[in-house]
Amino acid sequence: MARITAGVASSHVPLLGVAHDQGKDRDEYFGPIFAGYEWTRAWEKAEKPDVVILVYNDHASAFDMKIVPTFAIGCGERYKPADEGWGARQVPDVIGDPDLAWHIAQSLILDEFDMTIINEMDVDHGLTVPLSMMFGAVEQWPAKVIPLAVNVVTYPVPTGNRCWALGEAIARAVASYPEDLDVQIWGTGGMSHQLQGPRAGLINREWDNMFLDKLVGETDELRWIPHIEYLRETGSEGIEMVMWLIMRGALGKATRQLHRHYHVPCSNTAIGHLVLEPA
Amino acid sequence: MTQPPARPTTDIHAYLEELEDIPGTRVYTAARARRGYRINQFAMSLMKAENRARFKADERAYLDEWDLSEEARAALLARDYNALLDMGGNVYFLAKLFSTDGIGFAEAVSSMTEHDFESYKAMMAAGGRSPQGQRSKKANRAAEGAADNEGTC
Repeated sequence: MARITAGVASSHVPLLGVAHDQGKDRDEYFGPIFAGYEWTRAWEKAEKPDVVILVYNDHASAFDMKIVPTFAIGCGERYKPADEGWGARQVPDVIGDPDLAWHIAQSLILDEFDMTIINEMDVDHGLTVPLSMMFGAVEQWPAKVIPLAVNVVTYPVPTGNRCWALGEAIARAVASYPEDLDVQIWGTGGMSHQLQGPRAGLINREWDNMFLDKLVGETDELRWIPHIEYLRETGSEGIEMVMWLIMRGALGKATRQLHRHYHVPCSNTAIGHLVLEPA
Repeated sequence: MTQPPARPTTDIHAYLEELEDIPGTRVYTAARARRGYRINQFAMSLMKAENRARFKADERAYLDEWDLSEEARAALLARDYNALLDMGGNVYFLAKLFSTDGIGFAEAVSSMTEHDFESYKAMMAAGGRSPQGQRSKKANRAAEGAADNEGTC
């Protein structure tokens, strides 16, 4: 049977992709950020997950305002890196797992999560930056990837509780898949950042670390944080952290922390990174 | 699986009102998404290299092809991002415009603040903007009122 073996959370700042692609990842600015991912790269090489369910948000790349799905799951064979306005990243195509993805999609719909199905799309920095951070520069990504896109741009975005519950449903779906697969689930985006208006540049180290603390162990307090608290405390784009709750929900009742990293700043953003396993 | 406690259905009016209470922030609500639809879809068109080339060659002519208000055209030409946010622009869409200009997120974002790019970067390097006094317009007004009253005593 397939099983969820671990959860990974990480910011997905586009500038990290630029730094990685241009070999600046050891310079004075980026060195301390990338250093916090070295542990994870070594761990991923040893873990060799078969599939990663990668929870992210599209930044007006695959979806424009014509269609805004709240939760969408990629059931395609492969996805190309998107041209986000400065040319596509020179990273490998992302290879999907249509069999498992369709199994999850069908299971979720019967479990009353009315998913949007994606068969074709390009994937932007929200998805490819975490792959680079966790796997480094590679000829091909070492795991298949099931993209799970969440609307965290147009309000109302899904509640933290709904995200957590979706994670729980994903775990049930994976557990009922007959193939013997190690599946990781990644929650990306965050941490505190605001990319718009006179309040841009907001960072809240204390709140971010509270959030990191409570992803570990048995507490499920985070699922009840209302949108307004993310907005007030962590900036308008800090709301992306609801996507981490899908990852957390999928890990079950309790988690154990394997690795943690926090750094300010990367461009406009606080970088947070956490590796968890079900306890 | 534990049964979550029963939660009241969120009052949509109170929810939307709270979103307007954050200083220096335009939350991308349905109302803004509707108002800014054409601005954002124009920006999306710059995802294609051929459109970027046509836009760069003659910005005004390219903008004239889009059903935009004169106010929106002027703000786009001036790269007045705060004005565009007020008209329902969203930063992830407007990013296609500043990418076309060859400008990164931090530089474009800094233009919406009181800082120039250098002092914005310095603020970020020093830990970013504190949330202190940035959480609530109402709370700020109440605090100002209290301070004024103290002054008159």
